[in-house]
Amino acid sequence: MSKANLLDRRQVVSTLLADRKDVVAIGGLGASTNDICAAGDHARNFYLWGGMGGAAMIGLGLALAQPTLPVLVITGDGEMLMGMGSLATIGLQKPSNLSIVVLDNEAYGETGGQTSHTSAAADLVDIARACGIKDSRAISTMAEVEAFAKAVHDVSAGPRFANVKIDSASLERILPTRDGTYIVNRIRGDLGFQPI
Amino acid sequence: MHACADAAETTEPNWPDDIFATLQRFDVRQVPYVPDAGHSKLIERVLGSSTMRGIPLTTEEEGVALLAGAWTGGQRGVLLMQSSGVGNCINMLSLIPVLRFPFLTLVTMRGEWGEFNPWQVPMGSTTQGVFELSGVKVLRASNAAEVPAVLEAAAAQAYNALTPTAVLLSQRLIGAKVFTK
Repeated sequence: MSKANLLDRRQVVSTLLADRKDVVAIGGLGASTNDICAAGDHARNFYLWGGMGGAAMIGLGLALAQPTLPVLVITGDGEMLMGMGSLATIGLQKPSNLSIVVLDNEAYGETGGQTSHTSAAADLVDIARACGIKDSRAISTMAEVEAFAKAVHDVSAGPRFANVKIDSASLERILPTRDGTYIVNRIRGDLGFQPI
Repeated sequence: MHACADAAETTEPNWPDDIFATLQRFDVRQVPYVPDAGHSKLIERVLGSSTMRGIPLTTEEEGVALLAGAWTGGQRGVLLMQSSGVGNCINMLSLIPVLRFPFLTLVTMRGEWGEFNPWQVPMGSTTQGVFELSGVKVLRASNAAEVPAVLEAAAAQAYNALTPTAVLLSQRLIGAKVFTK
């Protein structure tokens, strides 16, 4: 499928994280977790290698625990579709410091590129808005990505959601650490929490 | 045709207050739940609390992921659900040993002790097995008198020793749901 205005996923993610300051970034299972690593490993990166459908809820738990910290979930269309109910849960809680970005290539890239529901029917922007996330954007330009990256730091105006149509190019895998306990404890340590 | 009504309680049960007090003492802050009649009083207490946040879910697996995020951000949580919801959690339970966060869930049981509805029986019968296969230790409270001690032990091992723990609140404790004509 060829469409105009498809963005490069790595450029999108590196722009979202370029001036990240105190942002905690959560990458969903699949290529998005690699994209976050490709933008530069960071003590506040939460790489998911499993738990498909759980990225947005991990973001919600973190955002509610740390209400003054910007929390940014970056995931794929397949991962978001599996956790679609969590948009309703987030729409109800309205955490003002939570932002969710879906990198939408309309396909399950990790499993052979099978088309996803967003390729023909499901509109995640409308779904998020209808779940109560009023700031829900369809992004198709890098200028819009830059504007969203700035908005992420406003922890009083969320939750916000963005669906970014990206091209389906399969890029070199940049693999982050897959030691989950290390990942969690590194973030906790950076936030000032001691080991149990 | 059966109309459905819950059994009239002659006295308000106190065990939900015991649970609430224990959760408060362990500084539990996030309480994700899928509603169940057996949890209704506890949910009311949580929603009325100034220190705990009740978080209604669309499906129980959301709560497992939420607790992982809560812990990463420095807060403890507890997941409230009915036995049917345990099956909805299975893949998400894999986060617990991988991320190693404190996991405590309180499960109201259906499909046992005087059950009327056969559709509740399959999942109710496998609830304990599903937890054990997934690496979650199971404790059970069958009467009101043992609730405080069971909750204390469960919260202590979950939060102090990071032992993933489920407390099954038996249908005998809650009272079988009554369906009347």
